[in-house]
Amino acid sequence: MIPRDKPSGSIENSAAQQEVVLSGVSKKFRRGSLALKDISMHVDKREFVSLLGPSGCGKSTLLRLVSGLTTATEGTVSVMGKSPAEVREQVSFIFQDATLLPWRTVEQNVGLGLELEHEKQATRKEKVAKMLELVGLTAVAERYPRQLSGGMKMRVSIARALASRPSMLLLDEPFAALDEMSRDRLNEELLRLYSEQQWTVMFVTHSVAEAVFLSTRIVILAPHPGRIAHVVPIDLPWPRTAETRLTMAYEEQVARVSRMLRSVQNASQNDFAGEAEQGGGA
Amino acid sequence: MNRKLWFALNSVFIFGLLLAGWQIGVVALKVPAYILPGPDVVAKAVVTHLAALVQSLLLTAEAAAMGLAGSIVVGVLVSLMFAQWRWLRKLLFPYTILLQTVPIVAIAPLIIMWAGAGVYSVALITFIICLAPIIANTTQGLISVDENLVHLFVMHNASPLQVLFKLRLPHAMPSFFVGIRISAGIAVIGAIVGELFAGSNRVGEGGLGYTITYASSQLETDFLFALVFAATVLGFVFFFIGMFLEWYFLHNWHESSRSDVAE
Repeated sequence: MIPRDKPSGSIENSAAQQEVVLSGVSKKFRRGSLALKDISMHVDKREFVSLLGPSGCGKSTLLRLVSGLTTATEGTVSVMGKSPAEVREQVSFIFQDATLLPWRTVEQNVGLGLELEHEKQATRKEKVAKMLELVGLTAVAERYPRQLSGGMKMRVSIARALASRPSMLLLDEPFAALDEMSRDRLNEELLRLYSEQQWTVMFVTHSVAEAVFLSTRIVILAPHPGRIAHVVPIDLPWPRTAETRLTMAYEEQVARVSRMLRSVQNASQNDFAGEAEQGGGA
Repeated sequence: MNRKLWFALNSVFIFGLLLAGWQIGVVALKVPAYILPGPDVVAKAVVTHLAALVQSLLLTAEAAAMGLAGSIVVGVLVSLMFAQWRWLRKLLFPYTILLQTVPIVAIAPLIIMWAGAGVYSVALITFIICLAPIIANTTQGLISVDENLVHLFVMHNASPLQVLFKLRLPHAMPSFFVGIRISAGIAVIGAIVGELFAGSNRVGEGGLGYTITYASSQLETDFLFALVFAATVLGFVFFFIGMFLEWYFLHNWHESSRSDVAE
């Protein structure tokens, strides 16, 4: 049968290996709604953790807290033992849309981060060329974003994120806008790079299949307010390839996580009904 | 290519048709030339007054170009400040709308009174009517940057100057050129309106606006038509230069400036 031993990343490790630590984190939006309530979790070095949940569960907000793009109302977030803003050079963020600069060629877009970090032009060119090769875009280096397909744009975005050699990747539904085939292919490539580059990854998605395929661990969030509902280690064997999607073990995991997600969704709908009744009284 | 040629030929044909209709109408209805001269008379007037026409045209072009250039420089500086300081924008932006709604015809005599007659007053009037479109469009372009792009720059520890020069300014270029296109179109109108009042500080010499008042007071309707024709051509040239610059700077990457011109 399938070996049931957990991948090293998901084992409760010593504090030294905990790359990201959130303790008692709450986030209140300016309008007063509570996006996240009392979140405590950690991500170990080299782990691939997906954040999964219905819309409104605060999974993107959680990622933004770890990136330092927004700050917690309560509790602490630490990344590599420091505050998120202090370790930005080592963290790359990949957004849902490719966020390319349309006035720059593919090559210039990939080099943006290095340019902002004042890398010398010669080394920059070298690194950019290497990154383009890595994501298979060397042939379109001179093109502008408008000449690329959605999948290619996302690849440029990934190449740009990797160019500054991050040790941690934060991805916010990066493939949500792509068709299923491009999404599958990019997932496979992401895993290939993940095993080569030894990153720690946090990945926000609303696709169960994607989360199961990629992750060492899935954190399922419940909405209103955003809180952790389940933590699910995914013990599919490595390396995972397109073949992995055809196995029984994979399908079982997808079914299991789907059930958990559905129960969270149903519970939150009941919440809504309750809230509506209370709202009528107030 | 063939399609473009077809459209070009057809526009020329429509123009010819209009001229022919005009000529036939004038002859058939026996309209006196001082009320409506036929195109043949206008063409003759263009030839006989060519020197005066060109001189007026150049004077107007000079004033319009000065005013437009000034509005671009000042407009971009103001937009940069508006983009940098939200409170300043909230405080002063309504006044740029005021700038656009104030009837230039009404304040032109005031400006002449304060600044005196001559090319600089005319340029000042042009400047005033060109300023608002530049400010409104450029500011819009500078502040409408996608939040995630700003976040991307933040994640790379970009300095405020890097955000300005590598993100906001290039992002604002298409909107900036929309402003230029609008202002280039009205710059010539502004200059001519200015000249109607400012006229000239030298007797017998003035821009198109001044010469138009002269021609109409003398009932030289054919010359008047020639002047209107010249003014239209000048407006078109300004507009075209704006369009060309837009195409030149943006055609590589921006959707709006592809295929419209040249390509």
